[in-house]
Amino acid sequence: MVDQHSSVGHHARWVRATHWVLALAVLVLAISGVTIFMAHPRLYWGQAGNDMTAAWLELPIGPNYRHGGWAVPVHFTTAGQDVISASRTAIIFNQNGWARSLHFIGAWLLVASGLAYALFASVTGHGWRNLLPGREGLMPAALLADIRAHLAHRPVRPGPPYNVLQRWAYTLVLMAVPVMVFSGLAMSPYVTAGYPWVIDLFGGHQTARSVHFLAFSLIALFVVVHAVMVLRTGALRQVQAMTIGLKRN
Amino acid sequence: MDMSRRTVLAGMAAGSGLLLGGCSENPPTYGNVLRMGDWFTYNAQRLLIPRGVLAREYDRGDITSTIGVGTVNPGNDHEPGFNPGGGPLWAQLAANDFKDWSIEVAGAVARPGRYSLDALMRFKARTQITRHTCEEGWSAISEWTGVPLRAVLEHAGIKPSARFVKFETFDAYQDSIDMFDVLHPQTILAYGMNGAHLPHGHGAPLRVRVETQLGYKSVKFLRRIVVTEHFDDGGKNGNIAAGYSWFAGI
Repeated sequence: MVDQHSSVGHHARWVRATHWVLALAVLVLAISGVTIFMAHPRLYWGQAGNDMTAAWLELPIGPNYRHGGWAVPVHFTTAGQDVISASRTAIIFNQNGWARSLHFIGAWLLVASGLAYALFASVTGHGWRNLLPGREGLMPAALLADIRAHLAHRPVRPGPPYNVLQRWAYTLVLMAVPVMVFSGLAMSPYVTAGYPWVIDLFGGHQTARSVHFLAFSLIALFVVVHAVMVLRTGALRQVQAMTIGLKRN
Repeated sequence: MDMSRRTVLAGMAAGSGLLLGGCSENPPTYGNVLRMGDWFTYNAQRLLIPRGVLAREYDRGDITSTIGVGTVNPGNDHEPGFNPGGGPLWAQLAANDFKDWSIEVAGAVARPGRYSLDALMRFKARTQITRHTCEEGWSAISEWTGVPLRAVLEHAGIKPSARFVKFETFDAYQDSIDMFDVLHPQTILAYGMNGAHLPHGHGAPLRVRVETQLGYKSVKFLRRIVVTEHFDDGGKNGNIAAGYSWFAGI
């Protein structure tokens, strides 16, 4: 099956449909995900982490950043090591009730539209032909030349064929989606009871949570660059191309 | 190893005649889009995750420091979860080291009654080192000691019509779990933590541990256990009223 439309500058109907469903899912996931993260904006490596253990990153987003309000800790002496527990006396920001439920609606939407996209991209060859870096993308000379072209603000023609950096961006963001799904599943007490390999894939509950955050950061960066590039290459024409399917060039 | 665990649990369920799963009655969606998503997640997980799986148990050396959140002192009327009908009584019981405390087991059981801490400690204890996964995002590994909920309910003569178990507390909070979690071998009524008595901040003198769900399902400061034949989320004192999903296996 040949995907002729994209080769003559049209987005195929399935590309347009999945693009916007995925965009909606990513928007819902980002809003609810950041809200959830604001409840505990600390990140750790390993199996477990909390306010009484060391964080590798604390983000000053919202009122819970380094909030005080801890009672004098209780020491457990029989655990064979110095283990403490402190009770929280502060009232923290927490909107996770609706945010987590919304996050799962977004997640189901992402999985459904992502699978549809993967299926179409594989069957039509769009994924292999237009998005993967290919032989050219693996050559340092071609990559460097493309970086130089971008830095020089040389006008670029909206693809396909997409340029090397663009192909790498699409490839990385498409790889980030399964990383998001699996690192998300690795945070689930029930899923990891049934399928412990999901948590072992990352090496711990908190490592998975950190990976979830890092992969989110990558996707958020992609969305920003993507939006800037759309604006700079003829926003109206680009949006028309991705909605009603007009030619892009 | 997983297979043998599963076989053991399946055998236990078959022998008792108790329903394992609670699929006969789904949590309601309340006609709400958010809860419809939770309903879908609940059913997808109950369908796709093998029955009787145990949450990972860790070694002593994996135990981490932890925090107590939510209600940490039911007797403190400045806490948001303060319950005027239970807080002062808890403070009185705590002052006497819970020697006069006992828990009521009621509902669909042949022999409703009360169990003191001593009575609970006479049951065969189970100790497990598990990860508490808080819905806020943090986690902690602790050692919990207690009696399997199933053993206490069987002692009280739980009826085959049982579908859910509801936990009532000394703070303004209650919640329920389905028979899948009620009969789960790791669902224990915990009176010990890291080799000590359960500290106040973690729900003294008795809390439930539900290891297949997020931390908020492991209800603290237990006062009464009710076996129900129908879904009961605790109404205005339950999780739904506070905005949280009833199912937190996620």
